[in-house]
Amino acid sequence: MSERTPVVSLRNVHKQFGRGGVVALEGIDLEVEAGEFISLIGPSGCGKSTLLRVVGDLTDPSGGEVVVNGKPARKARIDRDYGIVFQDAVLYDWRTVAKNIALPLEMLGWDRKRRAQRVEEMLELVELSGFESHHPWQLSGGMQQRVAIARALSFDPALLLMDEPFGALDEMTRERLNMELLRIWEQAESTILFVTHSIAEAVFLSTRIVVMSPRPGRISDIVAVDLPRPRSVETREEPRFFELVTQVRELLRAGGAEAAIEAEEVEA
Amino acid sequence: MLRRVLVFVAVAVGLVALYEGYKWIWETAGLTWPFEVNDRTMPHTWDIVGQLFEPSRTNGPLLIEVLWDAALFTAKEAVVGFAIGAVGGFFIAVVLVHWSFLRRGLLPYIVASQTVPILAIAPMVVVWLGGRGLPAWFPVSVIAAYLTFFPVTINAIRGLESADPRALELMSSYAAGRWAVLWKLRVPASLPYLFAAFKISATACVVGAIIGELPASIQDGLGGAILNFNQYYASSPESLWATNLIAAALGISFFLVVVGVEKLVVRAAPERLV
Amino acid sequence: MSTAPTAVQPLPRGSLAQSVGRRARDWVPAVLVFVVGITLWEGLVRGLDVERFLLPPLSDILQTFWDSRDTFVSAGWFTFKEALGGFVLGSLAGIVVALVLARWRPLGSALMPYAIAANAIPIIAFAPITNNWFGILSPASKIVIAAVICFFPVMINTLRGLTSVPPEAVELMRSYAARERDIFRRVRFPHALPFIFSALKVATVLAMIGAIVGDYFGGSDQALGILIRRSAGIFAFEEAWAAILVACVLGIVFYGMVALVERLTMGWHVSARGKE
Repeated sequence: MSERTPVVSLRNVHKQFGRGGVVALEGIDLEVEAGEFISLIGPSGCGKSTLLRVVGDLTDPSGGEVVVNGKPARKARIDRDYGIVFQDAVLYDWRTVAKNIALPLEMLGWDRKRRAQRVEEMLELVELSGFESHHPWQLSGGMQQRVAIARALSFDPALLLMDEPFGALDEMTRERLNMELLRIWEQAESTILFVTHSIAEAVFLSTRIVVMSPRPGRISDIVAVDLPRPRSVETREEPRFFELVTQVRELLRAGGAEAAIEAEEVEA
Repeated sequence: MLRRVLVFVAVAVGLVALYEGYKWIWETAGLTWPFEVNDRTMPHTWDIVGQLFEPSRTNGPLLIEVLWDAALFTAKEAVVGFAIGAVGGFFIAVVLVHWSFLRRGLLPYIVASQTVPILAIAPMVVVWLGGRGLPAWFPVSVIAAYLTFFPVTINAIRGLESADPRALELMSSYAAGRWAVLWKLRVPASLPYLFAAFKISATACVVGAIIGELPASIQDGLGGAILNFNQYYASSPESLWATNLIAAALGISFFLVVVGVEKLVVRAAPERLV
Repeated sequence: MSTAPTAVQPLPRGSLAQSVGRRARDWVPAVLVFVVGITLWEGLVRGLDVERFLLPPLSDILQTFWDSRDTFVSAGWFTFKEALGGFVLGSLAGIVVALVLARWRPLGSALMPYAIAANAIPIIAFAPITNNWFGILSPASKIVIAAVICFFPVMINTLRGLTSVPPEAVELMRSYAARERDIFRRVRFPHALPFIFSALKVATVLAMIGAIVGDYFGGSDQALGILIRRSAGIFAFEEAWAAILVACVLGIVFYGMVALVERLTMGWHVSARGKE
């Protein structure tokens, strides 16, 4: 590529549910470069999940422009340019682990041999080799999410959208999976858009953190995370880590407080 | 609200249109499969409804009056049966939940009984309970009770045991006795399951009551009315159809009553399709 | 779609002795009750003469069955065919209609409450009408009744299964640019299978009731329902109970056949995983 086109480009995106309903997103401007790890963080109702779904063309924006991989969002979805991971692993009980991972490949029309090979590669990537014939209910929550990640990456999408994928897991598993995700991200060379509630997780994983505020959903700040890579368990104990966490926390508080004050002013 | 009324009207009109349409097509084309269609086998809907306002026999009361009385009679049998079956079923469920040995011993049979056509024993129940100084309709209520009992028991057990283990632990920390746990926790938890069973039982007890009247040769209820008008089908097919209409209305109203009570008691969310 | 237990669960193998041991504890009380029940039946009914004529000892009933087994077996088979016919007809129609309604969601939404209400109609009361359509002796009249009784529960449950898919499972497929057809085939239908089978199991009982009890309004001499009713009417209780027993056994076998098919096709489902 001669010119670096951003993988995701949002310009003045606006989303309102129903006529006169909740304004989930307002005036969103964001550009994500290839290879970035962007976290979206904010309190409930700030529209981060909605934003993710707008990028994935799973929800139509009410206004503004959404360009993914140089195409309109709808075309990007139809061309299968991204993979998605939800908070719930959404694995199909009636399929084995291998068949779950192969699902998008079946949709793409890959032949059996190619599918089997790729499944094996993905299982190695998420370190679940040997679990091909297991069923989802036989796996722990963390393992299920790893299968979901394997599935999302199986067809080599340029972009990975993740909606609080580790939200339902305990802290220890979460931290371990954070490390795994970074390893996978580096190995697969993908771009990740990651929604989270956890400040520590956002700081640990990201290249940039997008702080959002609610009512209406807006981007209040973007923080560049300058922690060195590769990041490790020790990174969480460095002073710079705490500085960044504090910075984000204060931005969140400010964003939330700002919105609350604005609401009062309108009422008064 | 208006939308619901419109849908109701649309469905009613649609059904009548389907019926009359089928009749018209089959009669005009002279088709005899699956059965021959004429005014005897398929009377016009308006004739059926009209028949309700004709006398049921010469100089007798209007058909609709006769059927109304019959419906009330059958309803009484069904309600008594429902009450006995529901209370009995719930009671047995409480016992089985607290004595797990009994539960493990009896539950398989209770569940298995769901797989057999229980209604087949209706004639036997009638013989057993008939002529003992009990009112003639009592065996019919017993049949209705029998049909109510099984779904209620099974669902009550499931419901009573569905209490959140953490809520149970909480009660334990209050040193709450079994009785308190039962009434304050298990019973409320079992309500959705109970109502699911009641909805099945509402229909079952009406069916049981109608069927029960047949071997008992009871004339006063809807079962008797059906047999009666079946005999006169050749001269007045509309009467039998009208009777069936009333029987359908009875079944549906029982069901709606349960749904209504459920809305008041449980405040369940309405059925919505994703 | 899958709940997350805290550790990896072993594949359902494991020592035979272990699983038998586990099962024994569950089964012993039921077997005990069965044995006690049968003994009481024989003992009490023979010992006390109370109501002997109404509930004969099990051995007498079985003897009567054996003596006239041809009659009972042919009556059972005759009625079973009626029930099976109604079951197949009603269930197929129910599934097809549900598939259609799931595709056109607004129609399905609007009609669902009516289907649920229609399920509350005592369909059996229409037996005299079908008798007038097809003739009182014809199996077709009972088949139609059985079919209509089966139709509504199967249709309602299948529709519920097809439309109760978690939204994220559908979103996932949309992210693969799947067409509605694919979503149906790969997600909605497998998700609906447990609902369908549960309804089919209920339908077996309903079909049997439709066939047997439909006969109480009049039917062929060869049918089980007529046999029961007639025997009860002339106080021939051993015959009546023998016929009822045949009905019960048929009901259990019918149910069991569907349950077996369910087990074979849905080994992955919760209900097949065994107690935890």
